[in-house]
Amino acid sequence: MPGYIHRMHEKMGENRTYAQFLPNTSRIDYLSAMHYTHAFVGVVERALKLEVPPRAEYIRVVTSELNRISSHLVWFGAFLLDLGGFTPLLYAFDDREKILDLLEGVTGSRLTYCYYRFGGVCNDVDDDFIRGTREFVEMMRPRLKLYRELVTDNIILRKRLENIGPIPAEMCRKYGATGPVIRGAGVPYDVRRMEPYSVYAGLDFEVPTHPEGDCMARYLVRMEEIGQSLRIIEQVLDRLPEGPVLAKAPKTVKLPPGDYCYAVEAARGRFAIRVTSDGKDIPYRVRLRAPSFSNLSLFEEASAGMMLPDALAVMGSLDLVIPDIDR
Amino acid sequence: MNIPEPFRLLLFLAGTMAFVGLNAAYLVWVERKGAGRFQRRTGPTEVGYAGLLQPIADALKLMSKQLIVPPGVDATLFRLAPLLVLAPAMMCFVTIPFSETLVARNINVGLVMVFSFGSIHVMAIMLGGWASRNKYAIISAARIVSQNVAYEIPMLLVAVTLLMVTGTMNLHEIVQQQAGGFWNWNFFRLTANPLMPVTFVIFYICMLAETNRAPFDMAEAESELVAGAFTEYAGMGFGVFFMAEYANVVIGCSLATVLFFGGWQSPIGVLPGVFWFLLKLYLLVFSVIWVRWTFPRTQFYGLLNLSWKILIPLSLFILVLTSAMMKLF
Repeated sequence: MPGYIHRMHEKMGENRTYAQFLPNTSRIDYLSAMHYTHAFVGVVERALKLEVPPRAEYIRVVTSELNRISSHLVWFGAFLLDLGGFTPLLYAFDDREKILDLLEGVTGSRLTYCYYRFGGVCNDVDDDFIRGTREFVEMMRPRLKLYRELVTDNIILRKRLENIGPIPAEMCRKYGATGPVIRGAGVPYDVRRMEPYSVYAGLDFEVPTHPEGDCMARYLVRMEEIGQSLRIIEQVLDRLPEGPVLAKAPKTVKLPPGDYCYAVEAARGRFAIRVTSDGKDIPYRVRLRAPSFSNLSLFEEASAGMMLPDALAVMGSLDLVIPDIDR
Repeated sequence: MNIPEPFRLLLFLAGTMAFVGLNAAYLVWVERKGAGRFQRRTGPTEVGYAGLLQPIADALKLMSKQLIVPPGVDATLFRLAPLLVLAPAMMCFVTIPFSETLVARNINVGLVMVFSFGSIHVMAIMLGGWASRNKYAIISAARIVSQNVAYEIPMLLVAVTLLMVTGTMNLHEIVQQQAGGFWNWNFFRLTANPLMPVTFVIFYICMLAETNRAPFDMAEAESELVAGAFTEYAGMGFGVFFMAEYANVVIGCSLATVLFFGGWQSPIGVLPGVFWFLLKLYLLVFSVIWVRWTFPRTQFYGLLNLSWKILIPLSLFILVLTSAMMKLF
């Protein structure tokens, strides 16, 4: 399978300037573009020791979490579609539509956002966005309850997911699987907690884990993460400080020679960018560590000897995004 | 009705074909419209008022497509399968009484006939899958056979239970026994079988499985098997399988109406029998559509376990219970 949409993102990073490479990062995993651009602006800011204004950091967190919810909603719909339930997809897309509208209002794009800039974000959020986001949080909580009653508690779904495709924590570590896959194996590994970036350190949220390691555990972890993201969004909106949203960054970005790395918790797991600079305006080497690739690698071992529909459930529960596997 | 024999035959043929054809066409519309409503969208709206001409447009499109017989397939069986799947379904309508007088043939073994013809479509789908020489089609064919073998048994056990209550296989007589108010319907005859509603639920589940409707649509599990046994079919060959699927749904629901809900008998004693029969029939058909768009698909061994470990023992128990009740009272 890998190879069909290989776009040489890493190589492209090595022959263009930092600012030119920024839009590329949002095309790697198109469902969580915010997190990916966050990692890239993060690595540049870390290297330049650029101070990001607090308002920009809070806006980044709120847009990132909205993006995480929309990504999980796409997964929810597509996973149920894999299992033969067509209707939840349209419900999930209905909710996701509201997020896309909100993000379109501030970023101008609906999917491959290029909203974060070196030193902040490119537009300030307006009152419409804040009001709309609060309304969305209000609306989403009862929707999660609806999904729980309509889908999660359905006996057919439980029979299809419980005890199917157990992935123990050792297997996750062996293949480097992160995100909801390892949290579904009971390991509370979340980059937002383990190596806090942005303002996550000061926020109150839980890292949902389920020790069973089966498809149901991964399912529940993602559903609970939507709830946690809503919690984060509420806190951030309450604390949103006033002030500028973009720090003064140099016109041509030149990183001092050295090795820099920045990791974020993307919707599918740990996404890290490592940039090696030799002091020129284009990086010497860009290395992307994408979560879907590691999550896919364990599929062969996890699905050995399995029946076709169960293997499908395991594949769906890994939440793979193909361009993320194949950069 | 006393119509001379050759005309009666022609009338039946024309009537059944029209009924099956229109049902298939408009149940697709109902299904798409219903699915749209369940999913907070509108369904077809473009062709005609509320998309009412959509089935006709679909039929024209299917008929204008080439019937592709891929190289390497068993051409005879491949072409025969769509015919074999639709013709028996039409035969089932022979004995189904739409009203007191509207029935093509009042046969004494009507129930057996519906069941025997109703089972042929399984073989036809298997033939289609087998003849396609396609891995998905063959997996699908194997699945459909084991699924139908598993579900035929509880369905027949339920039928035997009902036969003990009614004492006849003549569908016309079965309906007549349920005359006069809805409390006389077999569904409510708890004196003969206190678990009658459970019996109906078993029958309903088996009917869903027999007609390959979701959540038991193993034969065309599109996320696993492309389109299952129908993968290699194009144009109207594909369309005929769908017509047969809807025809089978209608037969299953008609049978449920006749056996459990008093066929053409009116619950309150007004309006003609045909109206009540069709009302009950389409309410059941609607519930079938509702189920399809609500539940995810079951896993295959879960499906077989449900039949062998739950439905068969349960229906056997009901059978014994009914006979004991009848002996005692």
